[in-house]
Amino acid sequence: MALAEDESSLKTAAEKSWHGIVLQTLKRNEVRLVPYVPDRVLTPLIKNLHADPFFTTFPTAREEEAVGIVSGAWMGGVRGAVLMQTSGFATLANVLASLAIPYQIPVIMFVSERGTLGEFNYGQALVCRTMRPVLDSLAMEHHTATRLDEFEFIVDRSIKQAVTTQAPVALILSPLLTGGKVFDK
Amino acid sequence: MNTPTKTTTRNTKVMNRFDLTSRLVARLKDEEAVVGGIGNTNFDLWAAGHRPQNFYMLGSMGLAFPIALGVALAQPKRRVFALEGDGSLLMQLGSLSTIATLAPKNLTMVVMDNGIYQITGAQPTPAAAASDLVAIAVASGLPNSSWAADEDDFERLIDQSLASEGPTLIGVRIDDKPGTGTTRRDPVQIRERFMLGLGVRQPL
Repeated sequence: MALAEDESSLKTAAEKSWHGIVLQTLKRNEVRLVPYVPDRVLTPLIKNLHADPFFTTFPTAREEEAVGIVSGAWMGGVRGAVLMQTSGFATLANVLASLAIPYQIPVIMFVSERGTLGEFNYGQALVCRTMRPVLDSLAMEHHTATRLDEFEFIVDRSIKQAVTTQAPVALILSPLLTGGKVFDK
Repeated sequence: MNTPTKTTTRNTKVMNRFDLTSRLVARLKDEEAVVGGIGNTNFDLWAAGHRPQNFYMLGSMGLAFPIALGVALAQPKRRVFALEGDGSLLMQLGSLSTIATLAPKNLTMVVMDNGIYQITGAQPTPAAAASDLVAIAVASGLPNSSWAADEDDFERLIDQSLASEGPTLIGVRIDDKPGTGTTRRDPVQIRERFMLGLGVRQPL
């Protein structure tokens, strides 16, 4: 009995983590295809996506490539999302402006935020500053998730809005939510 | 410094993009999807006769193969062709590795190689004098990659790809002619008609 309780509380803990919420919310919204360029913070999410047969998940060489893949899949009737870090988002202005937005394709992006709240790499801090100006200049929907209690609402509603309005969305995962990456070497 | 590859030593005929695209389109009988890369590649696809299963890129240079991969993964029973220029492919060589790893058997890729950025003023690509794109594809893990010797060989390779157990890449040497038509630049209609053509959407 005690063991069963432990197991169920462990399961609940995983589901209530930020990455558990992403996985469950993607699944509930039928988002199956998840190409990514990895990031340290995203590791548990990537691992759990690979472990779940509901998802087709794989690495790509560039974030732009992943956006192309989910765009093609969406036109073919399968929903997708792309995982990346801040520096990867910085490579996407062209594909967002010439594919996702003008063709009205709901590309769902999860961006692990580097460059703020304890960044140790100056280049990451600089590239982070380009992200929101690019999103704003394209008038793209974007949210920065900082709190676990709001997170499911933000993810679920943002996916639904992207699909119904046929517009891309960027969900920025703040270190306040994920813990971020800290200097350890 | 590498010495430029002498094109005269290649046993491949220099063909024409519009002619090859027309030959491909003429062979399509099963509502196959065709993704045309930026510029001349999709202009010639447009000129070869619009089909509801054609998708025309108006930007995002280099993404014809990734977009086609997405369609191929979403609809594994449909044959998907991707037409891409050599300069465009150079922008996304990594996508060849992704495709080799996922190995969709319903994807046929065609690389239109004239060694130049024809549309911007015919400047040579960085690969033109030094690199073999089919060899790069083979080394990326796509063993069904070959140069088409001539038009008949191109048609044979297209037919062969239909029964292949993995993705196919066909390299064709083409001349320096510009595209034959001009795609109507209406991205929302292009995307919506493509989705209708793929059976994902119903007309309003």
